[in-house]
Amino acid sequence: MNSERLVQIERDILGKNNRIAADNRTRFVADNVLVFNLVSSPGAGKTSLLVRAVSELKRSRPIGVIEGDQQTSNDAERIRSVGVPAIQVNTGKGCHLDAAMIGEAYRRLPLLTRGILFIENVGNLVCPAAFDLGETCKIVVLSTTEGEDKPLKYPDMFAASSLMLVNKIDLTPLLAFDLPKTVEYARRVNPKVEVLTVSARTGEGFGALYAWIDRQGRIKDAPERT
Amino acid sequence: MHEMALCQSIIEIIEDEARRRSLSQVRSVCLEIGTLSHVAPEAIKFCFAVVAARTIAENAALKIVELPGGAWCTSCSKSVEILRRGERCPCCGSYQLQVTTGEQMRVKELEFD
Repeated sequence: MNSERLVQIERDILGKNNRIAADNRTRFVADNVLVFNLVSSPGAGKTSLLVRAVSELKRSRPIGVIEGDQQTSNDAERIRSVGVPAIQVNTGKGCHLDAAMIGEAYRRLPLLTRGILFIENVGNLVCPAAFDLGETCKIVVLSTTEGEDKPLKYPDMFAASSLMLVNKIDLTPLLAFDLPKTVEYARRVNPKVEVLTVSARTGEGFGALYAWIDRQGRIKDAPERT
Repeated sequence: MHEMALCQSIIEIIEDEARRRSLSQVRSVCLEIGTLSHVAPEAIKFCFAVVAARTIAENAALKIVELPGGAWCTSCSKSVEILRRGERCPCCGSYQLQVTTGEQMRVKELEFD
């Protein structure tokens, strides 16, 4: 074998995405914007949750939303109908948003200084876990109709998320949903994950969610510990 | 599905390396994939063949080295090997594991004609 033709390159397959994500993150920090990447399976209630949250949060700070779906701009229209700017990204056959799509969409939003950018990822508990978008953190939404063992079935996503939002908590009396078991399973794959329960329909739990969001801003603003 | 996107990235890396070395045909590609990464080696093998068609990596042999998963158990303060997320610590049975290795997805080595 000709050793000159055998080359060690050791290059990260996600290197290009990660470089663009790092650029996005630098821009978000420079603009003083908190960025939350919402992930879930289809139908967990990400858009309903966002519609309620942005309607309330927009009173106190600039808010923008990037919506990812394979097709349609229905979700962006739902966000715009409450007076919040939203960019729809259609991934076509793609199953996830990548960092380049977010960089491009962010440029098309108004400046969100000291505000929040919500990214609603494509409804898919597998693929979006691999792609850093430059977000402050990922929030995984799990609804009470889905079953307790989702964190064990799709561990990568729950491991990648800082917060698990258990949505449709108002339906619990109708379901055999075991919240402590769900939390236990989520913490098996991610001992540090925080958990909040909400209902996008009734508004239950949103005060605690806003307090959590404000805490992320304070963590971000705190001087780095050495 | 994201395996297709990852294979596209692999091809981009190969084409970039070939261009920089003025080489035109790749004979083999060696990947390192951690068992706790976001892909299964079988899925990568399948997608790579599809994505490599009509590129300089067409017909290239694909070799995948699987790297074991490792974690630090904060309960018993030991480094342990794990096969998947959500497992108990093999030493003390706790779930307080912080993954330390096994998430790699790298193009390790290329062999050119």
